[in-house]
Amino acid sequence: MKKMTMYLYSLIFIAGAVHADEFTQQDLKLWKVEYESVVHKGRKVFIDPKLGTNTVTCNECHPNATNTHPETYPKFQKQLGKVATMAEMINWCIANPLEGKKMALDDPRMIALIAYITEERRGVTLEPGKH
Amino acid sequence: MKRREFMKQVSIVAAGTILPMSVIEVAFADNPDGTKSGENFTFAVISDAHLQQIKGAKFVRNWDMGLKRAVAECNLMNPKPDFVLFGGDLAQLGKAAEIDHGAEILSALRSPVKMMMGEHDYYLDLGEHWMKRFGEPHYSFDHKGTHIVVLNSILVDEAWINKWKTPMERMQTMAGLDDPNGSPFMVGLAQREWLKKDLENIPKDTPIIVFSHSPLQKIYKGWNFWTDDAELVQDILKPFDKVNVIYAHVHQIQYNKIGNIAFNSVMSTAWPWPYPETYKKAKSYLPKLTVHMNRADPFFERDATGWQMIDVHSGRVDLHFLLPHNENRIVAYNEKTQQPEDVKYQTEQIPPQKHY
Ligand code: HEC
Ligand SMILES: [Fe+2]
Repeated sequence: MKKMTMYLYSLIFIAGAVHADEFTQQDLKLWKVEYESVVHKGRKVFIDPKLGTNTVTCNECHPNATNTHPETYPKFQKQLGKVATMAEMINWCIANPLEGKKMALDDPRMIALIAYITEERRGVTLEPGKH
Repeated sequence: MKRREFMKQVSIVAAGTILPMSVIEVAFADNPDGTKSGENFTFAVISDAHLQQIKGAKFVRNWDMGLKRAVAECNLMNPKPDFVLFGGDLAQLGKAAEIDHGAEILSALRSPVKMMMGEHDYYLDLGEHWMKRFGEPHYSFDHKGTHIVVLNSILVDEAWINKWKTPMERMQTMAGLDDPNGSPFMVGLAQREWLKKDLENIPKDTPIIVFSHSPLQKIYKGWNFWTDDAELVQDILKPFDKVNVIYAHVHQIQYNKIGNIAFNSVMSTAWPWPYPETYKKAKSYLPKLTVHMNRADPFFERDATGWQMIDVHSGRVDLHFLLPHNENRIVAYNEKTQQPEDVKYQTEQIPPQKHY
């Protein structure tokens, strides 16, 4: 078994040496920094009284993004009458409790919100379709 | 009033309206010699309205509706509650406009009103406007044989209070429940000394009700479901046979028993909060005794908000939760097990909400 692992390692090592696109420490750092900056931005949007029109913020009702269940999407959202992504439910909460305007699904603020919400839920088993 | 009659009244109100509040009844059993040790009575708790100013005379409609409904429902109670305690967080950002707006809505109540301070009322001007309106934030009174204490449990140390650039920055930090720069609440030394004095001459078999905004027990520090000197306050209450602590702040049903002290939380009229254990990144300590509420349905604005009528009997309290869009719940003191229990759901979990 040990021998096998050693063999695999050396294969990977050789492959890495042959191909130029191996992941460097710099790559890892870049991903982390980029990701974390968007998570951070997401938290800012999540507590921004100007996101909607009535000064209400997401974290008033969802401290630490609880009860947002990112791990359950996509799922059948009975109230919307269809299988929806979390972004659609985020838009619902923007339009209703926050009395705001729905965002484009690829709006950078939407992506940031999803990043923050999902990060707060790290470690929970993925269960699409579950309520 | 007989218990049965009272319940009928409650269900009539609950069927006719969709409101969030809590009703609490305190009742006294007959002594073995046939005499009464005190009178049964009923009071209401309305709490955590979080009235939030948008601009000028414009306030967040949803939160206004919650408080107005609780006040209207409470006025329909017959007989009227002996008094209504407002459990704190009348305002969202401690503004004079928010506190005045709240005072105006509460002025429609047809029972005497007692006020308690919440952190949202305090951290802008350190309670100045609130105190101008409602007086001292800690006090006690006697009612039909029960000694009732209202505490201001949302204090923090001086260093935290003074570290902010502006009062609004301080207020906003404390207003964010999950803001990591907040600070744990405490009753503080001065008030604990006051409490000791206040209870000095009260006979140990007198039933005690203590109101505090934050839980006088430690559940989850991250959201201030917590009072830092909780054990020290509990120590002061320990010598009494029957102590009931009723707290606000948590926007959900919680109950517990520690020694002789029964703990009950009350609902918010504004919005529900998830139980802290649904935050998977941190450990929390919700009392095992508590049967959770169902998850809220955001498509029904008032779902999982509420208020409560409380009956006091034998010096113990039963809470009747009026929960719009949710089955009403009763958490009553069980004399057999000597602890607060949900009269219907204590042994079986609540089935998922039908409308969800
Ligand atoms: C008035 C309180 C309130 C506010 C403010 C609010 N929400 Fe919600 N939201 C709820 C409630 C209640 C639920 C249902 C929770 C549950 O399913 O347990 C919910 C559900 C959700 C869900 C779906 C959860 C599920 O499993 O169905 C998402 C995602 C969400 N909210 C995101 C947001 C975001 C992002 C914001 C800010 C733009 C926001 N919410 C603002 C009350 C609120
Ligand atoms: Fe509070």
